[in-house]
Amino acid sequence: MWKTVIRRILIMIPQLFILSLLIFILAKQMPGDPFTGLITPETDPNRIEELRIKAGFYDPWYVQYYNWITNAAQGDFGQSYTHEKPVASIIGDRAEKTFALALFSVILVYLIAIPLGVIAGRYHDTFVDKTIVLYSFISFAIPAFVLYLIFVFVFGYRLMWFPTSGTVDVSLDPGTWEYYWNKFYHLLLPGISYAILGTTGIIQYLRTEIIDAKTMDYVKTARSKGIPMKKVYSRHIFRNSLLPIAAFLGFTITGLLGGSIFIESVFAYPGMGKLFIDSILSRDYSVITALVMLYGFLALLGSLLSDIILSIVDPRIRID
Amino acid sequence: MGFVSTKELLTIRNLRTSFRIKDTFYPAVDDVSLTLRKNEILAIVGESGCGKSTLATSIVGLHNSIHTKVEGEILYNNQNLANLTEVQFNKLRGNDIGFIFQDPLSALNPLMRIGEQIAEGLIYHTKLNKKQREARVLELLEQVGISNASRVANQFPHQLSGGMRQRVMIAIALSGKPAIIVADEPTTALDVTIQAQILDLLKSLQDEIQSGIILITHDLGVVAEIADRVAVMYAGEIIEEAPVIELFRNPKHPYTRSLLNSIPQTHSENEKLEIIQGMVPSLMKLPREGCRFSSRVPWLDESVHEKNPKLHEVGPGHLVRCTCWQHFYFEDKEGSVNG
Repeated sequence: MWKTVIRRILIMIPQLFILSLLIFILAKQMPGDPFTGLITPETDPNRIEELRIKAGFYDPWYVQYYNWITNAAQGDFGQSYTHEKPVASIIGDRAEKTFALALFSVILVYLIAIPLGVIAGRYHDTFVDKTIVLYSFISFAIPAFVLYLIFVFVFGYRLMWFPTSGTVDVSLDPGTWEYYWNKFYHLLLPGISYAILGTTGIIQYLRTEIIDAKTMDYVKTARSKGIPMKKVYSRHIFRNSLLPIAAFLGFTITGLLGGSIFIESVFAYPGMGKLFIDSILSRDYSVITALVMLYGFLALLGSLLSDIILSIVDPRIRID
Repeated sequence: MGFVSTKELLTIRNLRTSFRIKDTFYPAVDDVSLTLRKNEILAIVGESGCGKSTLATSIVGLHNSIHTKVEGEILYNNQNLANLTEVQFNKLRGNDIGFIFQDPLSALNPLMRIGEQIAEGLIYHTKLNKKQREARVLELLEQVGISNASRVANQFPHQLSGGMRQRVMIAIALSGKPAIIVADEPTTALDVTIQAQILDLLKSLQDEIQSGIILITHDLGVVAEIADRVAVMYAGEIIEEAPVIELFRNPKHPYTRSLLNSIPQTHSENEKLEIIQGMVPSLMKLPREGCRFSSRVPWLDESVHEKNPKLHEVGPGHLVRCTCWQHFYFEDKEGSVNG
């Protein structure tokens, strides 16, 4: 078990190296340099040149890469030009909000998808199953931003059931129960909107797994032991079908972080996703590279998590 | 061959199992009558698609109840298994009737430990507590010839060899001390050397627990080795039934004879493998009237077949369907069936 995990973590090192190299090359290819944004009509061009030399702009690329990666490894991603603060502190603040949203959404996605998938698979080809499949097709077909905008408009502006922006009301004191409740209240609409679309894959996957599992020989064996059908379902069919879904968790989280870019923009939720879009619009390069690096790292972490879960639940892929 | 009791354990009368294909039911097992006695091994032989596995699943009620219809009588202990409900069947399955599957890898749950899988049936059929069940599991594993039982009980199916897995399957079938064991091609997925071991095991277990075994197979070598009586199936019907020695010495039906001829013989001068011309007709195209074998002996005149072929007794316990066998000649064992 531990062998599998350690081996899997070691594989991440070259993956991270290649990722950072790619990001570095892309960042170098972007037009302008870190000082472009700071130039005003009064700036002396010689002063800029001086700063460029001082910042290592003319160093060979591998020296620049080395400097960047060693600093990044220590959590120093440089300064943001628009915020005039260290990148790490800006992201840190936003990351917490995005993770809260992602966690809430993931819980909601699984709470909705697992029962629906199980019911659809258990009673497949019945009216209930067809209704669930119809729902999953519709949710698959609707573009995310369309549904998000409709939800903001209907539940936020028209019905005014939910707040339409921010993570918490500014009037509340941090640390009080009301404050945390209010934070959660702000999560509800974006979280539910995401979950409605995010369940599609899991429902379909789980449904197919269960329908497949029903015809497996080991299910026949279980029946031949004289076990009640209910137990055959819970001990053999559901258990075996849920395992790949558990392993899917890591990828779901990765997908959510990518999805945060859309959802945070539409719901004006100031997390990493919104920061990403804002930074692109204001060409805040050091924030963009740091965010891309972070998203990449989280994606790798997500697949690591999936592999670890899989190795826990499936004895066949453990390295003994 | 052990002592076969005359007591009838299982009586199948006019069994017809039909599958639904687009709202029509097509019988895959058609009007089959058989008896199984205590301490007897009854082999059911036939090529792929002849209905032998369907017969096996009908006996234990493992078919899909929506798409399958079972008619006729399967009498065991004054109960007709053909119209039991799932709940009633669960009392028999794993207790009175054990089932052994063809492929022990897919028949074992890949995510469950061996011990857990064997103990599962005991939860519902016995009052043993957890400790006692564990002890019983080890006892069963030893009974099927697994020496390091406590280690194997903690392993997963993929960690065992094919032969070991089939031994585990047999242990599962034995767990309820069954009166009847239905073995559906228990050796087909195994190596030849392992096959012999598994057959020996089945045979010795049977001597020990005195149950009746229905052995479904297409392998006549297996039949010769352990069966007491043989029923040959073709296209859903039994076409010949006889004690094993009688069937091998004196086969009557051309189908049985060609089956026997298609066993490759090491000492034969003839290099060509004997095969039977044609195939079992598919369910939907099967002729429902007249002799079902007629399409595979097209050179015989229609008049040699019976209109409604019946089983005729041609010797003690030796039954043959239709009259066409009398008009069928083999040159000799090495000769080919059809040119």
